[in-house]
Amino acid sequence: MKDYTFRISRFSPARDATPYFREYKLRLGDSSTVLDALFYIFKNLDPTLGFRFSCRGSVCGSCAMKINGGHRLACETQASGLGNLITISPVSNLPVIKDLIVDMEHFWKNYRAIKPFLVFNSSGREEHIVSPHERKRLNGLVECILCGICFSSCPVTGLDENYLGPAALLKLARFLEKERGETRERLYPGITRHGVWSCRKAYNCQESCPKNLSPAKAVRNIIFKTAGKAFRK
Amino acid sequence: MAEVIIIGGGIAGLSAALEIAASGVKALIFSKVHPLRSHSVAAQGGINAALRNHPDGKNDSWEAHMIDTIKGGDFLNDQEAVALMCREGAKRVMELEKMGCPFSRTPEGRIAQRPFGGGVFPRAAYAADRTGHAMLNTLYEQCMRAREEGRIDFYDEWHVLSVIASGSKCLGIAARNMRDSEIKPFPAGAVIIATGGAGRIYSHSTNALINTGMGIALGYFAGVSLKDMEFVQFHPTTLYGTNILISEGARGEGGWLLNKDGKRFLSDYPDSASSMEMAPRDIVARNIIKEIRRGGGVEDEYVYLDLRHLGEEKIQERLPGIRELSIKFAGIDPAKELIPVQPGQHYTMGGIDVNIKCETGLNGLFAAGEASCVSVHGANRLGGNSLLEALVFGAVAGKSASEYAEGAEKYPEAFLKESEAGLKEKTSFLMNSRTGKSQWDIWEEMRKTMMETAGIFRNRDGLTKGLNIISRLIGEYDGISLSDRGGVMNMELYWAEELRGSLRVAEAVLIGALAREDFPGRDDERFLKHSVIEYNSGSPELSLKDVDVSYCSPAERRY
Repeated sequence: MKDYTFRISRFSPARDATPYFREYKLRLGDSSTVLDALFYIFKNLDPTLGFRFSCRGSVCGSCAMKINGGHRLACETQASGLGNLITISPVSNLPVIKDLIVDMEHFWKNYRAIKPFLVFNSSGREEHIVSPHERKRLNGLVECILCGICFSSCPVTGLDENYLGPAALLKLARFLEKERGETRERLYPGITRHGVWSCRKAYNCQESCPKNLSPAKAVRNIIFKTAGKAFRK
Repeated sequence: MAEVIIIGGGIAGLSAALEIAASGVKALIFSKVHPLRSHSVAAQGGINAALRNHPDGKNDSWEAHMIDTIKGGDFLNDQEAVALMCREGAKRVMELEKMGCPFSRTPEGRIAQRPFGGGVFPRAAYAADRTGHAMLNTLYEQCMRAREEGRIDFYDEWHVLSVIASGSKCLGIAARNMRDSEIKPFPAGAVIIATGGAGRIYSHSTNALINTGMGIALGYFAGVSLKDMEFVQFHPTTLYGTNILISEGARGEGGWLLNKDGKRFLSDYPDSASSMEMAPRDIVARNIIKEIRRGGGVEDEYVYLDLRHLGEEKIQERLPGIRELSIKFAGIDPAKELIPVQPGQHYTMGGIDVNIKCETGLNGLFAAGEASCVSVHGANRLGGNSLLEALVFGAVAGKSASEYAEGAEKYPEAFLKESEAGLKEKTSFLMNSRTGKSQWDIWEEMRKTMMETAGIFRNRDGLTKGLNIISRLIGEYDGISLSDRGGVMNMELYWAEELRGSLRVAEAVLIGALAREDFPGRDDERFLKHSVIEYNSGSPELSLKDVDVSYCSPAERRY
């Protein structure tokens, strides 16, 4: 057991003009995560605290937040490694709805903008033949949990509101990888000034991704693959 | 355009939505979380289908899959439903592959398959150990295509509070927008409940925190029966401490279960002596508990899962998620160390009573996936069959609901407005309460009670005691006190609304369990039956109905 002080950013649109910090003192067991701490506070100290949650096992992407300045998933962040004073605030680059809950619509709008789906032909009972080697090329492109951490830690998304952002571009890279006869032109909206060409190679996305993915690298690959073609028409 | 409302945005819900959209009817998906946060995303090991892609699976068939499933469920499955699922399986998996689902591959480039407990052939198709994530994302992507075309609409972070029915007809739903707490009625030609299971009525569960069973209760409160609620699956291998799932794929790939002396103890128990780690989940989970009770457990709490002999390369290729979770949540690298595991609640076999077309007893109300009980799993689900059920019966429900909705008249909104008034009262009762018990005390006592009295081993005394406690908690619920009066993302209110459903689902599990006497042997004369429970305005009523055994007859299970 260890004593902690949590400084948590609070904001209720009906009540507060600007966000403010509130402190909570609590004692946690050795293997407690930040999400455990938030639930402890919510149940015992302050039932008005707002935060998202679902799987508590690092796969659903609900609980992204800024923990001691860095973007992390609360469920997989052990409190014991963070010191006695832990500061928590909502992720950057998205508007706050309440406390640690942000409106992700901008993020999802960008996800939809790259048309994240295969236009497929369902005829035939056999699967496509994809060699293990070809399948390996999807590694690093399909594990994304769309938590939005890359979007929030990217220096460009904060400056250019039309920039698609790392997660959407990672998804785009995945659909460029598997063509199956559909036209690449369908994907070109992502390969414009507010798409791959806006990436400034800060690599914050790669640094902060809880799944160790690299949208920045995917952006490089899209550029190598498509350079020139996007501007042909 | 006719409209179908789907409650729940997991694999069953999205599978239904795509089927509805394809038939020219509009699908509206209501989910209390963004659909990609649904618990389907956490499914790990695979989806069963007799694809015959594995060298040891060349003789597999849908019939063999059916027989394994029925035997796994101890013959309490409805066999016609199992047959449908197993026949449709390969087709649906192929369709998913064509949508771009990133399955792992065999050296020949076909969908890779691995062995799972209770299956005589390796037939669990997988995408590493993130099969649910791959499937859910693929389906959601296709939904984005239908959304562009105006065929699917999403209502994310809307909390459905009730299914509205009049007489024998379902008319729509009432839901609360969690962003501003506005409660709105939505009429619909048909409604599908696809809200997943009720794992969080137990204290030790692999389930997401959102799996409260409230969706099951929505149907129950609207007057449809629940079936086989006592059949609750305990997964043998959940991470000690957090109960995060360690996939059956880990044993499928060759992992061993060891007691504190390093012995593969499953050989000591007759029903798992030959299949060892590949016996079905109920048997492995029971034998782990027996071994711990015998004194073979570590700290009397857990046993070990050993993957070290698989080697780092294979673990990284086939089980990367398991490795990541073990490192992040237990500080253990399975390539070098033993994983501490214990059984934990994992799956709700029972649910809303539906027939093979996913129809409930209420016209226009359908259910699919874990929230439903079409009875493909019987008393014990085989690993790899839950994703399959969600995918196949999601589509079946979609088809049934869209056909029904096309013929249904759109009910006047005036009726729904009346229901709205009633609901506002219900919510304001929660919002205005000031003096009662804390809901967290009720949550905790319910979960602890369920774990202690309706766990892996049960007996009459324990179940009776459990039922008494739950009945008391149901009474106490009416006096709970909430203190957050805010309208924006009021999570205290959200949990309180869920608790109402969870308590009734827990009660149904106990009533169902009490219907079966605690004999160790079989008594097919009396117990080859489904238990069926009706809400009956708060005084649940139990009845029994026959099991469909049209394909094969019951026999003793040994593995």
